Amino acid sequence: MSIFNIFRRKTSRQIAKDRLKILLISDRVNCSPEMMELIKNDIAEVISKYMKIDTSNMDIQISKAGTNSRNGKSPVLYANIPILDLRN
Amino acid sequence: MSEVIVVTSGKGGVGKTTTSANVGTGLAEMGKSVVLIDADIGLRNLDVVMGLENRIVYNLVDVIEGNCRLKQALIKDKRHAGLYLMPAAQTRDKNCITPEQMIKLIDSLKEQFDYIILDCPAGIEQGFQNAIAGADHAIVVTTPEVSAIRDADRIIGLLEANEIKRIDLVINRLRHDLIRRGEMMTVDDVLDILGLPLLGVVPDDENVVIATNQGEPLVGKGSMAGQAFYNICKRLAGKEVPFMDFSKNVTLWARFSGLFKKSLQEEQA
Repeated sequence: MSIFNIFRRKTSRQIAKDRLKILLISDRVNCSPEMMELIKNDIAEVISKYMKIDTSNMDIQISKAGTNSRNGKSPVLYANIPILDLRN
Repeated sequence: MSEVIVVTSGKGGVGKTTTSANVGTGLAEMGKSVVLIDADIGLRNLDVVMGLENRIVYNLVDVIEGNCRLKQALIKDKRHAGLYLMPAAQTRDKNCITPEQMIKLIDSLKEQFDYIILDCPAGIEQGFQNAIAGADHAIVVTTPEVSAIRDADRIIGLLEANEIKRIDLVINRLRHDLIRRGEMMTVDDVLDILGLPLLGVVPDDENVVIATNQGEPLVGKGSMAGQAFYNICKRLAGKEVPFMDFSKNVTLWARFSGLFKKSLQEEQA
């Protein structure tokens, strides 16, 4: 490993932390991938009534709440839905 | 009123037995009466870490099954007057006792001891359920590694579901040299993820291996880990003890090269 590589790469500490954060989200929420898929399809169906969305690139996940949550532990449902056309 | 503490972790090999032995010994050194219960039926090891393996006649299962009286299964420690060990059975398995029987056993020990410390087996099955049944305080031991922290998180969820009132964290085997290089999660990283109150931080120390070889807990002795374990005992007894600064133990060269790397890093940024 060249000396310059050391500074460019992400430290393994950061990698470990990032991996754990994602890992624990699915561990903590007792939510099966099948159920997530059902939720995803339902959301897509509802949004599609109002605008054209890219369902193949849509992403939903349950993650730890932001700083505004009261106890900091309650999870949030996060959805990233690419819009193809705002007009229906 | 005695305090019942279970030492648990989920993952094996992170230092539950070492922590149990040292915390028990440290509390005894402070003049408390302590009983250590090895709840790892079938894979007992607390006796070996304590150096008491040659004195076992009866065990926990014998008491529960009524093969002996409670006192007959309690092994007196070599060095501390107020310290006793109740060994696990080696030739039985975890399903041979129930949580109710454990609670009954613990209740019968409460009159005699200030602290009842249970060394929990790895895993989340029957052995875990037995070990936590009578506890009102849990010490979760983890190391700063992904697998250990993941398992600790699972255990914390189970402890909360079982209404354990107080749950504290001990981070074991911290390596300051790795942290300095950014190759190990820091104490704050682990606390950020697990969100438990910190009871102690134990550095990775070869003296732990030596102490285990000799069957003598190192708590309170000259080593870094021994000091860290003693601090945990003091905190358990309600004293405020500042957390140790392990960076002081870093060699001059490590400091110098760390400084060099840091300045280079700043230049890059």
